Amino acid sequence: MKQYLLSVCYPAGGAQPPPDALQKIMRDVHAVQKEMQSAGVWVFSGGLHPANTATVLRQQGGELVTTDGPFIESKEQIGGITILKAPDLDGALGWGRKLARAIGVPIEVRPFMENR
Amino acid sequence: MAVLARSLRDLSLAEEAVQDAFTTALQRWPAEGIPPAPAGWIITTARNRAIDRLRREASRDERQTAALQLMEADKTEDHVVQDDHLRLVFTCCHPALAAEARVALTLRLIGGLSTGEIARAFLVSEPTMAQRLSRAKAKIRDAGIPYRIPEADELPERLAAVLAVVYLVFNEGYSSASGDELLRTELSDEALRLGRLLRELMPDEPEVNGLLALMLLVDARRAARTDAGGAFVKLADQDRSKWKRAEIAEGHALLRLCLLDDRPGPYQLQAAINAVHSDAADAAHTDWRQILALYDLWMAMAPGPVVALNRAVVVAELDGAARGLRLVDELDLSNYHPFHAVRADLLRRLGRDAEASAAYRQALATCGNLREQAFLRSRLESMSAAATAPP
Repeated sequence: MKQYLLSVCYPAGGAQPPPDALQKIMRDVHAVQKEMQSAGVWVFSGGLHPANTATVLRQQGGELVTTDGPFIESKEQIGGITILKAPDLDGALGWGRKLARAIGVPIEVRPFMENR
Repeated sequence: MAVLARSLRDLSLAEEAVQDAFTTALQRWPAEGIPPAPAGWIITTARNRAIDRLRREASRDERQTAALQLMEADKTEDHVVQDDHLRLVFTCCHPALAAEARVALTLRLIGGLSTGEIARAFLVSEPTMAQRLSRAKAKIRDAGIPYRIPEADELPERLAAVLAVVYLVFNEGYSSASGDELLRTELSDEALRLGRLLRELMPDEPEVNGLLALMLLVDARRAARTDAGGAFVKLADQDRSKWKRAEIAEGHALLRLCLLDDRPGPYQLQAAINAVHSDAADAAHTDWRQILALYDLWMAMAPGPVVALNRAVVVAELDGAARGLRLVDELDLSNYHPFHAVRADLLRRLGRDAEASAAYRQALATCGNLREQAFLRSRLESMSAAATAPP
């Protein structure tokens, strides 16, 4: 079994959906997560606070400097992640599709390196 | 190659092993004679070479496991080879790969073209193409893109991706923006070979037959498409005696199979439209009513602005340029050079010369094909000549 990282990609600074739409999304995502758990493929999921809450630690001339994040300013930011086990990419994409349908924003599916 | 790719799940390793086997064959066959089943011999030898390589590099457990699996998978029946071939086709055309990578992989691994040949066909350097191929193979391996024939529920989408790759190769050969003629013909021929292979592998898919029929019917007109000077000749003005009758007959026969199946799709409809053209002794005898009916069916199945544009051209033939132009002007296709070329032609037929000239200029500005540019320029020049000529 390989492991895959499913990242939820939000457009940075995009408007939040209205509360009842958000509630439906939360319900649907929860249902997909439940389904992953009962299929035995789920490893971890979590939502993230916006990227402007991030803090960056970086080595600079032998010193470790602490700065306000995020590390990379980009048009899209990761709003949450899921880690799951699948026999191959098609398996991971199948779960990714369910998640993308539930959340309505792009999902990036990326393989973990093996032999960790 | 396909058999090895499936059991090894590593395209680079499979390629190396097959190459090793051919090298061995070149050394042995001249002296020992060709074995009774050459393909089987190559597969067995390649498999043994792969086992050797895996053992040599067996620092990782999974490589050991792969070597063991290979040693167990010894018997290779014909239908298994066919299935492996098909698996490899679907892997090369997986939607998780970039479109250009799908084309390159298909030509390399299914078509058997060399990296240099593919690089020349797509006007990039050989190292660039080699890198594109090795990146794609690395993604297949690292992301775990499987070697399998898609399930029924995902087959339509996955098959469409495969057909799109083959049709893209064909069009690159038939109407590419640039490049030399010989190379172009080879690409179209390769697409036809791929089309025939797909038909062998998936004889019950009507769109597979439809694509092959379409390519045959269009390719039949290749010699008539350019004049002695190499300039582009419109379908209506082509010398129809130069059309290849054998290819047309084969296209028609495939379409008859499609009709029996009665599961129409875009490729079958395009093939049917081309078949109607090939039935007409000359342009004046074209059965435009039947072509319009086919476009209507196509618009009902898969509506889109490009289909609508082509349908408008047919309406212009049947009901006059003004009716056609009204439909064309409803479309939002200003980045698509045929849109301007069609508008220009309709305006010219309506005698609206100034607007026609402007549309030809817009078509020229968006067209990348030198031969079509020359055609558009000659049209534009004849317009300005008419405009300045004394009455």
